Amino acid sequence: MNKGKLVVAGREFSSRLFVGTGKFSSSAAMQASIEASGSEMVTVALRRVDIANPADDVLSAIDRNKVQLLPNTSGARDAKEAVRVARLAREASGVEWLKLEVTPDPYYLLPDPIETFKAAEILVKEGFKVLPYVNADPILCRHLEEIGCATVMPLGSPIGSNQGLKTRANLRIIIEQAKVPVVVDAGLGLPSHAADAMEMGADAVLVNTALAVARDPVAMAVAFRLAVEAGRMAFEAGPGETRVHAEASSPLTGFLGDETRKI
Amino acid sequence: MSDQKHVLSVNGEPREFARDLFPGTVAALIAILELDPAMVVAEVNGDIVGRGDFTSHALQPGDSVELVRFVGGG
Repeated sequence: MNKGKLVVAGREFSSRLFVGTGKFSSSAAMQASIEASGSEMVTVALRRVDIANPADDVLSAIDRNKVQLLPNTSGARDAKEAVRVARLAREASGVEWLKLEVTPDPYYLLPDPIETFKAAEILVKEGFKVLPYVNADPILCRHLEEIGCATVMPLGSPIGSNQGLKTRANLRIIIEQAKVPVVVDAGLGLPSHAADAMEMGADAVLVNTALAVARDPVAMAVAFRLAVEAGRMAFEAGPGETRVHAEASSPLTGFLGDETRKI
Repeated sequence: MSDQKHVLSVNGEPREFARDLFPGTVAALIAILELDPAMVVAEVNGDIVGRGDFTSHALQPGDSVELVRFVGGG
């Protein structure tokens, strides 16, 4: 955990909000939301070209001078598929940054820890800057850090579920132990969820659905930007401890009616 | 023999070409499909073919070609 700027794989980031580009109603809405979010790390996915209906290239809507492109391996169900997608993504983007995600089960989209680890080992050796999406498992995060991953990205709750931080207890342990940045990814539905993660000491958060499906994605992007900044600021300011009993904010002595109380 | 078809698998779908219209390279295939080569990366029989090699990478009948590109994702 560093004060001030976030550093991932040697690159400095002013913004601690990473954003995804899926599910937006239009390319223009996506572009405006990224701009409003202030994000400098933006994820994209790799898919087969729909030959009958080739849509606009998502990359043309992303200003790569301002943001780091972070291709993901979404859709990969095992390590082999993830490695294949990663290599194609590197060829297509010219960048070695990679959000590694391996999700064999489409219903909950929970990441497969074993396949993710296997793929990470291969990809780190091939020179990728690997940012693995994982369940909030402190031991797994430690292993991924040890083999050279650039961050760990534990989930708050299932992708796109907007449930917030359901993995709080383990996130706290991961944040306490990690020597690489901890990016809380997935499930953050409200700015308060993002602020919560940042107040706990997360180094960054990744948000997509919450922005994309909002009635006003640009306003929601601003709200998340402010929440991430506020949460981080509060963390750096050093919050007081939680107590069971009251701790008066006002002095308990010298009340004007003290003498009458003695009667 | 001129009516004999040559087949390529493109993104999992078989595509037939008259023999004299068979795309001899990845670049030719991309042109026939009217795709923008700047947004596509190819895989031929499981091996990546980068944009720089589109014009030189020869295609043979029976090859399996995947054409991929970036889309929005989280």
